[in-house]
Amino acid sequence: MSDDPLFQLQAYIFVAAAVIGGFSLNAAMSGGLLNNDASKYMDGVVRAGVIATMFWGAVGMLVGVVVASQLTWPEIFYFSDFGWLNFGRLRPLHTSAVVFAFGGNALICTSFYVVQRTCRARLFGGVLPWFVFWGYQLFIVLAAVGYLAGITQSKEYAEPEWVVDLWLTVVWVGYLFTFLGTIWKRKEPHIYVANWFYLAMIVTVALLHIVNNLVVPVGILNHSSVPLFGGVQSALTQWWYGHNAVGFFLTAGFLAIMYYFVPKRIGRPIYSYRLSIVHFWALIFIYIWAGPHHLHYTALPQWAQTLGMTFSIMLWMPSWGGMINGLMTLSGAWDKLRTDPVVRMMVVAIAFYGMSTFEGPVMSIRAVNALSHYTDWTIGHVHSGALGWVGFISFGAIYCLVPWLWKKDRLYSNNLVEWHFWIATTGIVLYICAMWVSGIMEGLMWREYTPQGFLAWSFIETVSAKHVENIIRTVGGLMFLSGTLIMIYNLWRTVRLPSVETSDALSAPLPAAA
Amino acid sequence: MSLWKHHGNLERHSLLLIIGIVVVVSIGGLVEIAPLFWIKNTIEKVEGVRPYTPLELAGRDIYIREGCYTCHSQMIRPLRDEVERYGHYSLAAESMYDHPFQWGSKRTGPDLARVGGKYSDDWHRDHLVNPRSVVPESLMPPYAFLATKDLRTIDLQAKVKAMTAVGVPYTQEQIDQTLVDLQAQADPFSSDAPALRKRYGAKVVNRDFDGDPERLTEMDALIAYLQMLGTMVDFSTYQADAPANQR
Repeated sequence: MSDDPLFQLQAYIFVAAAVIGGFSLNAAMSGGLLNNDASKYMDGVVRAGVIATMFWGAVGMLVGVVVASQLTWPEIFYFSDFGWLNFGRLRPLHTSAVVFAFGGNALICTSFYVVQRTCRARLFGGVLPWFVFWGYQLFIVLAAVGYLAGITQSKEYAEPEWVVDLWLTVVWVGYLFTFLGTIWKRKEPHIYVANWFYLAMIVTVALLHIVNNLVVPVGILNHSSVPLFGGVQSALTQWWYGHNAVGFFLTAGFLAIMYYFVPKRIGRPIYSYRLSIVHFWALIFIYIWAGPHHLHYTALPQWAQTLGMTFSIMLWMPSWGGMINGLMTLSGAWDKLRTDPVVRMMVVAIAFYGMSTFEGPVMSIRAVNALSHYTDWTIGHVHSGALGWVGFISFGAIYCLVPWLWKKDRLYSNNLVEWHFWIATTGIVLYICAMWVSGIMEGLMWREYTPQGFLAWSFIETVSAKHVENIIRTVGGLMFLSGTLIMIYNLWRTVRLPSVETSDALSAPLPAAA
Repeated sequence: MSLWKHHGNLERHSLLLIIGIVVVVSIGGLVEIAPLFWIKNTIEKVEGVRPYTPLELAGRDIYIREGCYTCHSQMIRPLRDEVERYGHYSLAAESMYDHPFQWGSKRTGPDLARVGGKYSDDWHRDHLVNPRSVVPESLMPPYAFLATKDLRTIDLQAKVKAMTAVGVPYTQEQIDQTLVDLQAQADPFSSDAPALRKRYGAKVVNRDFDGDPERLTEMDALIAYLQMLGTMVDFSTYQADAPANQR
C-alpha cells in the first residue's frame, strides 16, 4: 500500500465507491430495475441528472459566496489553524463545482434527454448511462475532496491530478459511446443540430483533457505528477485547454441546450438552418485559436499572441450567429417574454451570451488586455458568461424538464420563477458592474504616475480601494444563490404535484428546422 | 445551392460528422502550439537559469498545493509600470524548468516573479503566519500551519527523477544527493553546503529560513522557494535588444 496519505485518501474514496456501486448494481439487477424496455425512453438517469445539477449548483454557488466573503472580510472568513478552507484551495473547488459539477451535470442530463427525443431511440448501452452518471459524480467527489486536501496540478480548470484525470477519461469515453450509440439507433435520418453541438463538445473536451493532462506520475502509488510540458509550452497548452473549456464545455454544449429547449418551449422552429450550419463550423474552427489571448504581453512569442487576438476578434461573428439564431426563433412569439418567465430566462441567457461574446473579443485586443489582464474585469467577464449564459440557459432547460420528466402539467409556481428571475438577474448585474468598476479602477491605479514620474499607488492601496466593490460582489453572488434556492424549492413542490398521464413511449415530435 | 445538400451527408453519418469536427478543431492548436517546440528563439539563451534545488522544489510544491497561483502571477509584462513596480520583465527562459508554468492569470496580490531577496526571511515568516500583522489591509489567508508541519521528504527523489523524465537537466549526482542537498540548504552550518553550491551554483544560500533550527518545516521550503524567485538571471549582463532575444 502507498505511504502517500493523499493517494490513500483517493484510494479509499475509490474503493468505497466501487463497493457501494457493486452492491447497488447487484440489488438493482435482482430487483429487476434494469429491464431495458427499448420501446420507452430511459428517463431515470435524466431525472437523477437534474437532481445532481441543482445540488452541485447550490454547492458551487455557496462556495462562490464564501470565497467572495473571504476577499471582503479576511478577518472573519479565514481560519489560521488549517489550510483546507483557505482561498487558494476553495477557489478551484468553486470553479470546478460550478463549471464541471453544475455545468457538466446539466450537459450530461440534457444531452441524454435531447438525444433520445431527437433520435426517437432509447439511450444506448443498457446500464452504461448510469455508469456515466455515477462515474461522473465520483469524479466530482474525488476532485473536490482532493482540492481541499491539497491535491492539485495548478492548471486552472484542470486541477485534478493524474489518477482522477484517468478516471474522468474512462467516464468520458463511456459518455461518448452512450451518446454516439443512441445516434446510431436513431429513427430519424438526420442528426438534429443540438446533437452536433453536444458531439463537438464531447469529442473536443476529450481531446483537450488528454493533451493538457499529459504527465509523468511521480510514482505509481503517488498522488502527484510532473506535466510533460514546461514554461512557455506549458502555458500555451494550458490556455489552449482553458479557453476551449469555455468554448466547448460552456459554449458549444450550452448552445445545444438552446437549440433544443428554446424552439421546443415556444413551439416555433429554429430561425435559420443555414445559419446554424455556418455558425457551427465557424465557431468550432475559430474557438480553438483563441487561447493565446490569455497570454498577451507575456513571454509567449508575439506571433502566437497576434494569432490568438486575431481569431478572438473573428470569434465575435460565429458567436453572434448563435445568439441571432436563438433570439430570432422567437419571431412571431415575442409575447412569450411577457407570459412565460421560463422563456424570458432563456432569452436573457442568450442576451448575456451575446454580451459576453462581445466583451471577450474586446478584452482580447492587446491594448485593452494590457489594462484588463490580471484584474477583476476578467472575473466579471467570466461571471456574465457563467451566471448569465450558462446558469440561466440551464435553469430554463431544467424548468422545462422537471414537469416533463415527472409527468406534471405545470410548474408549482410561475410566480416563484419570476422571483428567481428578478433576484438572480439583479445579482448578476450587481456582480458584473462591481467587477467592471473594481477591475478598471485597479488596472488604472497600477499604471498611474504622479506628475513627478513616480508610480502613484503602492499595490496594497489598489487592494483596499476595492473593498466596496467586493461587498457588492458578495451581495450579488448571494442574490444569485438565493434565486437558485428558490428554484430548488419550486422544483421540489413541482415534483410533489399530482401526476398527469403522459406517454414515455418513443413518439415525441421533433422541433423542426426551418 | 448544392453545398447545403452536401452538408446533409454530415448530418446523416455520425462518423463523418466526428471526423469533420476532429479535423476542424485540430488545426488551430497544431498551428499555434506545435511550432513552440522547434522555433529556436522561443526561449532566450541566458546565463544562470538552473533546475530548482530540492528545497526550492519542495517549496514550489507547497506553493502549488496552497493555490498561490490563484492570486499571484509570476509574469512581469514589458510595460513601463510593471517593470518599475516589479523589475525586469519576465523571460521565457526563466520558467523553462517550470512543469507546469506558474505565470498565473490574476493579481489579487502582487506579482511574485522577482520577489526573491526583496524581503527578509523573518518578514516572509511573519507575513505567512498572519499577513495582516505586516500588511494590515491584506486579503491573504494565514498560513501559520506551515511553520508547524514537518516537510515531507520521502517522495522528493522520485519527484526529481520524474522531472528529468520530462527534460529538466538534473545530473545523476544531483538526483543521488537530493536528500543531502535538501538538508544542507536549510542548515546554516551544514558541511555539505559547498557541495550543494557546486551542484546548483554559487548563488544558492543555505540558512534557516523559518527561524526554527530544530526542524525542517514546510515554511522553510516555501520561503526558500520565494527567496529564489527571479534571482537566477543577472540582468546587468542580459542584452534585451540583441537580435537573438527579439521575439
